[in-house]
Amino acid sequence: MILHRRKLLTAGAGLMGTALLSGCDKFAGTETGQRTLKVGEDANQYVQRLLMSPTTLAREFPASMISPWFKPNGTIDPPDRGYRALAAQKFSDFKLTVDGLVQTPLALSLADLRALPSRTQITRHDCVEGWSCIGQWSGVPLAEILKKAGLKPQARYAVFHCADTLEFEAGPKGGGKGRGQGASLVRPTHPGAVREAYVQLAAADDWGGPSTATEAPKDDWGQGSPAPEPEPTGIPIRYYESIGLYDVFNPQTILAYDLNGKPLPVSNGAPLRLRVERQLGYKQAKYVMRVEMVESLAGIGQGSGGYWEDRGYEWYAGI
Amino acid sequence: MAASPALEAPETVDRQGRRWFYRHPLVIRLAHWINAAVLLVLLMSGLQIFNAHPALYWGATSTFDDPALAITSEQGRDGTNRGVVTVGAHTLDTTGVLGLSKQDGTEIERAFPAWATLPADQDLATGRRWHFLFAWALVINGAVYLLYGLFSGQLRRRLIPDGDQIRDFGGSVKEHLLLRFPEGTEAKRYNVIQKLTYLVLILGLLPAMVLAGLAMSPGMDAAWPWLTELFGGRQSARSVHFIAAGLIVLFVVVHVLLVIVSGLVNNMRGMVTGWFSLGRDRESAR
Repeated sequence: MILHRRKLLTAGAGLMGTALLSGCDKFAGTETGQRTLKVGEDANQYVQRLLMSPTTLAREFPASMISPWFKPNGTIDPPDRGYRALAAQKFSDFKLTVDGLVQTPLALSLADLRALPSRTQITRHDCVEGWSCIGQWSGVPLAEILKKAGLKPQARYAVFHCADTLEFEAGPKGGGKGRGQGASLVRPTHPGAVREAYVQLAAADDWGGPSTATEAPKDDWGQGSPAPEPEPTGIPIRYYESIGLYDVFNPQTILAYDLNGKPLPVSNGAPLRLRVERQLGYKQAKYVMRVEMVESLAGIGQGSGGYWEDRGYEWYAGI
Repeated sequence: MAASPALEAPETVDRQGRRWFYRHPLVIRLAHWINAAVLLVLLMSGLQIFNAHPALYWGATSTFDDPALAITSEQGRDGTNRGVVTVGAHTLDTTGVLGLSKQDGTEIERAFPAWATLPADQDLATGRRWHFLFAWALVINGAVYLLYGLFSGQLRRRLIPDGDQIRDFGGSVKEHLLLRFPEGTEAKRYNVIQKLTYLVLILGLLPAMVLAGLAMSPGMDAAWPWLTELFGGRQSARSVHFIAAGLIVLFVVVHVLLVIVSGLVNNMRGMVTGWFSLGRDRESAR
């Protein structure tokens, strides 16, 4: 009898839980639901900006606190042929493009970048998944590069275009921009899942691509020979990110070329990655090839300002 | 008996001779139920967020090889997968619930099971959105409750132990353990253990929860570095946030059990309509 009642209670609680859950999930799937859920992000950005100024720095740490291993996440070994060719030549042919709403578009080699004023900072990297690592970054303040290029008055955001393909947009037949509606072969759900996604991609017949994705990444420059480019099953979606002028001119916002005193390893974003220290890890774009100054983020990707932003993550990643 | 304003609250007697008093003002009733719903959403979306990296550490950074706590799945000796919780050097088989559980009949590797997370599927982005929106609801609801409680005198009257209660602390503990609950006039106020528990929750655990949550934010860390330091680093703050969540769940379990054993109908009526019965009049002969 008691057992029976307990069963009944458990079943009842389970049913209620399921009803609540599916109700919440349904709500989150609607337009109104998504807009409502976004209110938290807007409030967070508003309040945090009240508590700091554009020049407020993230905390810097003593060298003794540097993590022995800086966990690479997201893409750790870009499969793209163009990138692999650059890596094979130790990035001697690499040129960072600076364009968009600037007075003078630039193309800067690593030597050019290293000749500019530099900044070194030991900061904590906070991943959206919850873990943290401390590393020492050296690089060029973004402000120095943009000083050289000169901003046009309409410029509001810096967009970072990266070398690594994360997924493929289906051809015209695939259509549909719906969330998770088969718009791509593989849709990683969070940065840590990108590696798994590659393994899946590598296993898929129509990828025909690099087996290296399943192996340990080659962190030393100039090792891997160019791997075959994946079969063109669609338009590759390469990583992209953006920040506003509020962060662009912060002294700690740098394009880093060194990690812990050595050239950036491939797994951590060689040859150049963004550091925007007051925000989460997914803002720290790796494999940066091009900085584009724009007035609005509407034309970038699906319009939310970044690869993960277009997949539901916050553009303001200060929390 | 020492004068306690709570004991002098006005009461009415109905035709059947039952004594009633208005125990919970509207603001407190609303705040209570909003809080209950908000905490449930925060807990379930919090477990979703935890699942993205189901390990805890102490200090500023993550030491990936030796977490303080980890919920994983591993292959057992017989070749089948099992869910494992590791705390320090101890491991616990939690197959079916933690580390390895079923969703729609399929066995999947995830720290907390689908029925406990919001959304049910692995979806960190949506979990975060729920969590931050309802964190604001928690803070606003809590602020309304505290301001109302302070200015109406309710907070003091309800939660600060009276002199005689402190003097008879031992007796109160004994009565509580024997599940003997006061009736009549004495039931107009919370007992001393109840008061102290609510104080720890309202002024300790819930604010600590909010602060530890904020301490994990890189933006807050830039604006208020002392906050993260207060918890001993970002990963410590994350662990404190998790432990405090566990303590709040423990509170809710004990709270609900005691609501049931001390008179479910009367307690629920009190928190829904405000009116609480003190039982039949035995103190003053009519």
